[in-house]
Amino acid sequence: MSSAVVVRAGVYHDSVTLMRVSRALSDLPGMDVALVAMATELNLAMARDLGFDPPPAGPADLLVALRGQDVAAAERELDRLLSALSSARGSSGSSSYGLAGAEGPPPRTTRSAAARAGEDAGVALISVPGEHVLPEAVDAVEAGLDVMIFSDGVPVWQEVLLKRLAAEHGVLVMGPDCGTAVIAGVGLGFANVLRPGPVGVVAASGTGAQQVTSLLDLAGVGVRHVLGVGGRDLSREVGGLSAVRALRLLDEDPATELIVLVSKPPDPEVARAVQEVVESLRTPVVPALTGRDDLTDAAERVLRALGTPVPAWPSWPAPARRPPKPGAVRGLYAGGTLCAEAAAIAASGPGAASASGAAPGSWSGSESGSEAGAGTGSGEASGRGSGEFVDFGDDAYTRGRAHPLIDPALRLDALARVGPGEVALLDVVLGHGADPDPAASLAPAVARCPAAAVVVALVGTEGDPQGLHRQAAAFREAGASVFVSNAQAARYARDLR
Amino acid sequence: MTLLSGPPHVVTAGVDLLREALDAQAVPTTPVDWRPPLPGTAGALARVLADPRRRAANERAVHRLTSSRPLLVGVRRASELLDLPQPMFLHAGPPLDWERASGPMRGALIGAMLLEGYALAEEDARARLESGAVRLEPCHHHRTVGPMAGVVSPSMWMFEVRDDVHEGVAYCSLNEGLGRVLRYGAYGPEVLDRLGWMDRVLGPVLSAAVELAGPIDLRALAAQALQMGDELHNRNRAATSLLLRELAPYVVNAAPGHAAEVLRFVGGNDHFFLNAAMAAAKVSADAARDVPGSSLVVAMARNGTDFGVQVSGLGDRWFTGPAGVPDGLYLGAYGPADANPDIGDSTITETAGLGGFAMAAAPAIVRFVGGEVADAVAATRSMYEITLAEHPAYQIPALGFRGTPVGIDVTLVARTGLLPVVNTGIAGRVAGTGQVGAGLVSPPVEAFTSALLALAESALDPFDQ
Repeated sequence: MSSAVVVRAGVYHDSVTLMRVSRALSDLPGMDVALVAMATELNLAMARDLGFDPPPAGPADLLVALRGQDVAAAERELDRLLSALSSARGSSGSSSYGLAGAEGPPPRTTRSAAARAGEDAGVALISVPGEHVLPEAVDAVEAGLDVMIFSDGVPVWQEVLLKRLAAEHGVLVMGPDCGTAVIAGVGLGFANVLRPGPVGVVAASGTGAQQVTSLLDLAGVGVRHVLGVGGRDLSREVGGLSAVRALRLLDEDPATELIVLVSKPPDPEVARAVQEVVESLRTPVVPALTGRDDLTDAAERVLRALGTPVPAWPSWPAPARRPPKPGAVRGLYAGGTLCAEAAAIAASGPGAASASGAAPGSWSGSESGSEAGAGTGSGEASGRGSGEFVDFGDDAYTRGRAHPLIDPALRLDALARVGPGEVALLDVVLGHGADPDPAASLAPAVARCPAAAVVVALVGTEGDPQGLHRQAAAFREAGASVFVSNAQAARYARDLR
Repeated sequence: MTLLSGPPHVVTAGVDLLREALDAQAVPTTPVDWRPPLPGTAGALARVLADPRRRAANERAVHRLTSSRPLLVGVRRASELLDLPQPMFLHAGPPLDWERASGPMRGALIGAMLLEGYALAEEDARARLESGAVRLEPCHHHRTVGPMAGVVSPSMWMFEVRDDVHEGVAYCSLNEGLGRVLRYGAYGPEVLDRLGWMDRVLGPVLSAAVELAGPIDLRALAAQALQMGDELHNRNRAATSLLLRELAPYVVNAAPGHAAEVLRFVGGNDHFFLNAAMAAAKVSADAARDVPGSSLVVAMARNGTDFGVQVSGLGDRWFTGPAGVPDGLYLGAYGPADANPDIGDSTITETAGLGGFAMAAAPAIVRFVGGEVADAVAATRSMYEITLAEHPAYQIPALGFRGTPVGIDVTLVARTGLLPVVNTGIAGRVAGTGQVGAGLVSPPVEAFTSALLALAESALDPFDQ
């Protein structure tokens, strides 16, 4: 056993890339510890906790801490992985300038990249850490690009500023904290592979939109565009600036016949303003208000509006391993909206189809208390005496680590700690950007999970790179019940005995 | 093309996995090689980027910088052009006193004392300078720039350069040649003799010749020289030849008796044009000053102790850091231990899109500054990342006649961590030594971060109506 800790000054890679590199090195035979990360205070402290003595370094330097039987081999592998990454990055840059064969250094700002892409560029996809988003997003807007901001942790004043600037420049800002978008069939961020079709979606909730569109896809209805707007867009501060713009864009799109608006119940004043816009559109709008009506209901309303029969949503229930304590559901979620929906259902009485009394599909009904139990905000919430729901995708859990759709570590750990009398309920979201094979890590954890039963809400389509049925089979084999409808999964978990 | 009309080409910044997901869908991407900004600048960057004046202010400032048209209109004595109450000298870089002055700066000041007759001997000069009896002010505070020590005293002859677009004017002294010269801190008899000849012969003859010739378009000369292998800071051979070609007939007409020695002197000094290029750059950069909200750099200058920058939106304030020691090639037996920290106002050329920023135009000098041709091309290319514009007149043939990168934006320096590339001569550390080499130097990061923090403090709140 030997160990090495070195700092490579000025070498930068994003945290997700480094997590994957660390994981690849950890998987080498005889490797005990492999930490490859930017030398932030957090990561330096982690290295010290692991017994390393890192030299002085800053967040712009790469920290490599290795312990195992063949550290030299691990370093060689690290070099190989990093150089493969650099050449992949370099080769996709394009430039028309220069001495023959000289490509020039890659662009260092969105401004520069937009200038190099020239007329071709249409959209900027920004996923740098939240505190660094503004300059890149301003660059994109000023270059006339529509922008998707995947990052969370962007201050709300910056969001308002960006969306006002976007209005001046005639572009759309999707996000911040926009996890999914589909533009003319191209998925940005976490996005399902959807068949093309007449539906357009405006979404203030990423996983909410993924649930609705995946169900539509399963029912044979296609979706051409999903325009995310970010979870705060319909708040009083932001005022629905992007939602209104996205609604108008879809209304002008000749291929869009029906618009679905997925959101938490908006601020009442914003709701009135949006309602006015909705009424002025030629295209009908079906609202899907999470927390007020469930997403599966919303998808079914869309199908009825299009005159398409509502199918029986695929499900593969499995019996409980032993009788659970009634209603003791432990929700371990990656998607915030899915978490809130499941928590609300688990908290409601058996047989209640909807978590609140408001009429489904209405925009501006009275604010009900149905949002209690949602896992947004603090990231952790208790249902009414019915177990505990955690949204591992919340900012509180993603600071300094990748989203749980990419990095399963926290949920693997949580699965191992579910009580023997509880029902574990978790979502697995497929699509581009997400873990290429979530069952590979989660299914064995499901099989080992000490819970009385495990229920999986599997959000995805057969066209997704992971394959819906392949993933379903793996979780069933591990002993879980699998549902494509999160609402049905939550009801099943709640009512298991 | 509107957002929804077809699959987009995507500019990506951040998590590489998300770009890979686009690759998997065969969507074309242009990835940003993004890194965190300079430490401690994230908050200030947000405030400056949010300043509602920034974009228009920078457009206006850089347009004024690139649209100026510097013309050489005269050669006159400093005492005629500048307010220099005796005893007072101008010097290169940000403000400085004798106590903090480096060897070559002290040498040049002593030389100026002797030249002007303010002191009869070195010891006397040194004592008077030490006592604070002589006022020292930056050239930049007087519409003037000076190479290396940049010392300007009343009797010196100056290029007078006017910008007929923005009506500005700027001055720079005449170049003494290489080797042991005042601007490198040498003040021996041969230095003073040469300055005496320049005072008696070169100045008056050039003055008369320029008057006969009429205004000479320095921007046009610089543009041609860039296409002949100059970058107008460390290589001025082509530009000097072009200027000589313009002036020669008028020199002969103005002073047939002195024409041969004047033309021989100018022709024998490859850097003769540098001082004219500096005045041209100064008048252009000054046109971009004082645009409220602009983060454009309007001056970079070194006094041998500090490296300072000034920013359009921040008036006459200097933001400084310690001047670095250049990395380059040394003359004869000199080495890095003999080198003084970076000195001179000649970084005004980089400020205006020449010098290090135009390195790709001057493959011949890369050996002088140590490196390969590819390094010169890479240096220029990297400067596009921190500049606001491409110069409409200054073009680089090897880059497909692309305009040189021009208009350093403090926010882009902080975001990319890329510092301006500066070509420079290297002065000897000990007063009186002269030039010991030439090379490249990196400005201190804190000059730019402190300018950024000051911009953030003066930024307007975007939500204040």
